[in-house]
Amino acid sequence: MSSAAAPPRASLGARLKALIGPEMAGPAFAFVAVVVVFSLVSPQFLSPATFGAVGFQLPELGLLTLAMLLPVLTGGLNLAITFTANISGLTVAWILHANGGLEASGTVFALACLAAVAVGASTGVVMGLVIAYTRAHPILVSLSMMIFLRGLGEFLTRGGDVSGFPSYVQPIGHGTLFGLPVPLLIFIGCVLGWHVLLTRTKLGFNTFMIGSNMEAARYSGVNTRKVLVLVYTLSGAMCAIAGIIMLARFNSVRVGHGESYLLITVLACFLGGVNPFGGFGRVIPVFVALVVLQLLSSGLNLVGANQHLATALWGILLVTVMVLRWVVGRIGSYKPRKG
Amino acid sequence: MTDALDRGAARRPLLSLRTITMTFGGVRALKGVRFEVMPGEVHCLAGENGSGKSTLIKIITGVYRPEPGAEIEYDGETYSHMSPVTAQAAGIQVIWQDLALFPEMSVAENIAFQTMVGRRPRLVDYGAMRKAAAAALKRLGVTLDVDRPLKDFPIAQRQIVAIARALVGEAKIVFMDEPTASLTQSETDYLLDIVRTLSASGVAVVFVSHRLAEVLEISDRLTVLRDGALVGVYPTEGMTQSRITELMTGKVFDQTVRAKPVAGRPVVLEVEGLSRQGLFEDVSLTVRQGETLAITGLLGAGRTELALALFGMLRPTAGTVTLEGRPVRFASNRDAIAAGIAYLSEDRLSLGLIQPQSIADNLVMASYDRLLTGGLLSERRKRTVVADWIRRLAVKIGRQEDPISTLSGGNQQRVAIAKWLATNPKLLILDSPTVGVDVGARAGIFEIVASLAADGLAIILITDEVPEAYFNADRVLHMANGRIVNRFDPRVTALSEIEAAVYA
Repeated sequence: MSSAAAPPRASLGARLKALIGPEMAGPAFAFVAVVVVFSLVSPQFLSPATFGAVGFQLPELGLLTLAMLLPVLTGGLNLAITFTANISGLTVAWILHANGGLEASGTVFALACLAAVAVGASTGVVMGLVIAYTRAHPILVSLSMMIFLRGLGEFLTRGGDVSGFPSYVQPIGHGTLFGLPVPLLIFIGCVLGWHVLLTRTKLGFNTFMIGSNMEAARYSGVNTRKVLVLVYTLSGAMCAIAGIIMLARFNSVRVGHGESYLLITVLACFLGGVNPFGGFGRVIPVFVALVVLQLLSSGLNLVGANQHLATALWGILLVTVMVLRWVVGRIGSYKPRKG
Repeated sequence: MTDALDRGAARRPLLSLRTITMTFGGVRALKGVRFEVMPGEVHCLAGENGSGKSTLIKIITGVYRPEPGAEIEYDGETYSHMSPVTAQAAGIQVIWQDLALFPEMSVAENIAFQTMVGRRPRLVDYGAMRKAAAAALKRLGVTLDVDRPLKDFPIAQRQIVAIARALVGEAKIVFMDEPTASLTQSETDYLLDIVRTLSASGVAVVFVSHRLAEVLEISDRLTVLRDGALVGVYPTEGMTQSRITELMTGKVFDQTVRAKPVAGRPVVLEVEGLSRQGLFEDVSLTVRQGETLAITGLLGAGRTELALALFGMLRPTAGTVTLEGRPVRFASNRDAIAAGIAYLSEDRLSLGLIQPQSIADNLVMASYDRLLTGGLLSERRKRTVVADWIRRLAVKIGRQEDPISTLSGGNQQRVAIAKWLATNPKLLILDSPTVGVDVGARAGIFEIVASLAADGLAIILITDEVPEAYFNADRVLHMANGRIVNRFDPRVTALSEIEAAVYA
């Protein structure tokens, strides 16, 4: 029954459509709106300075959002992301302090980073195992992990800052390479990594499948427990990378740093068209959504608005996009059912 | 004089629809359909999916408004269209497939909550509610504890609760949409008794069912629709299943026994004394290359559990399984798939396919490894593989990226079969492959099964419809209470004999 027929090739239009996708509509609209409004209001908006500011500020929130994205796609959530990042940062700090402090060698720093990723990943392993085997709700499991990590971190640091790192650490948070911010390059690397993971690998495919229907995926031979454990492990590892960037940017680590990002990461996922119930979502729209949020914040800063007002506007933007998506969905799918 | 008047009144239909037309986006869902229901009769509405049954019900209950020219006469009044409010007030009640009940609330609340809506003062009178609920259940000749939450009751009794709710709403006519779809045989019998009680008390029942045996058993008359047009109205007396199928599809299915001798062929699967406490007991069977072995029996006989044990999803407590001469013991269904066993779930909607995901993704789900090069997916190979299976199994689809839920039951089942064929199995277990599949499309599924068997695949066909087993399998095993109690050869045993044994 073999076939000699030529494989069907997606037309250019279809490919473009697949690349942009329906998830892209919201973020793309918001992006255009923000850029147009601010460039009209402030002539300095379309300047290298703005984009430099965005390039340095985006990665922290961005990496944490990537860490949130994978569990959300499985229909779960990882509420421990910010404290996992803190604990991973602390791991780096302690290893540096124990091995020469300001004089610590590059090798020590590299090993410290590996250890941090291992610590981040291990929080994910624990959460993944509990979620996969006990079927406890991910919100409860990750909330427990979040409280545990916060308590542990505050106990170990007594609530204070840990600072004083070798001078070569700073460029990871502040330096540029080929004119581009180093943290931005790291973030873009992670975005591409996640994109490939989700579109081209078996783990990525299975992440979507179990996000839509775990039991049906299991009946089709998907190792659902393994997928869950790996998803939370990768989420934890991504938190560690965020933690290292935060350490380099603030030149210190404190438990509670970036805590306010937690819910913003969830909203950034949804702004990027990720289905809140799991099963659907793409990395690139989420990336664009993050850029929009950061542009909005920088633009408001530029016109001299209060920083807190910027946060309030994020909320308004997110609600607007949700409503618009609903309106577009209604228009697009208005077909009475027959039968 | 009065007698003559009474008889005249009885002969007038309770509900009469004429020239009902309905168009959706350029597609004629109904074309000038006529439909009549007499008071107190049980009337079946028969037709394949997409024939217009649901649309017709939705017009009668006021969900849709028919195109101008429609005439609706109900209980002596004429309407140009219904609205949900007027329909309910006039005693037209529908029991939808999903029942629309509240599992956490008590039976009494479920039955009588409507009577509490809009009353003043806005307080809930639990005493009155319990009384109304008990009275409605009594009319049906049923006793249920009205204070227990609905979730404590099995689906069959929830159906009864839905019917009782309709009675509280002073129903003169009750529409039942596939009420037996998720019931076992004994539960179905129970429900059919309730329908008879209902009809005897003067309430007309319009019954929609895919199970033609029930249609024949319960109805007085039937209306057949095909492609939105009326085929005809027939008295049920003298009808046969094959005649109804013919009317519904417009095609004649000549069913012949496909059974062939398989004795000399190499054995693919050998099961010896397989048991699992409380589910199945001492099951022994062999399946040979190119053989279709049917396992039939009532729901709950342990058929699906046996299949799950063969598929590595249920650990047997005793017995052996030998696949192509090698004893096998699976830790999970992944081992079973790797060894060459595939299992098509009976529950296509929630276990067999991932409904919101695309046709392509569903199709490659079980064989994804075959699309990877160096750990990465080849998008191009995926498209080719999917297109190839779609063509080989003649699946009618729009685009590969469309959600699988956009396909009809028959086409979904073809994709599900393709998903398993893509794993290159030696043994394919088909668990109730025609559930929710139109009569016309069923024949197509069995064409595929026959051609797979001809290619040498060993097939186990699980079905609770004995004729399906009889016509499509080489041998038929009858399972009851977890044991194999009879073995039949369709070439020597008559269908009626097997049916008598199974349905006894």
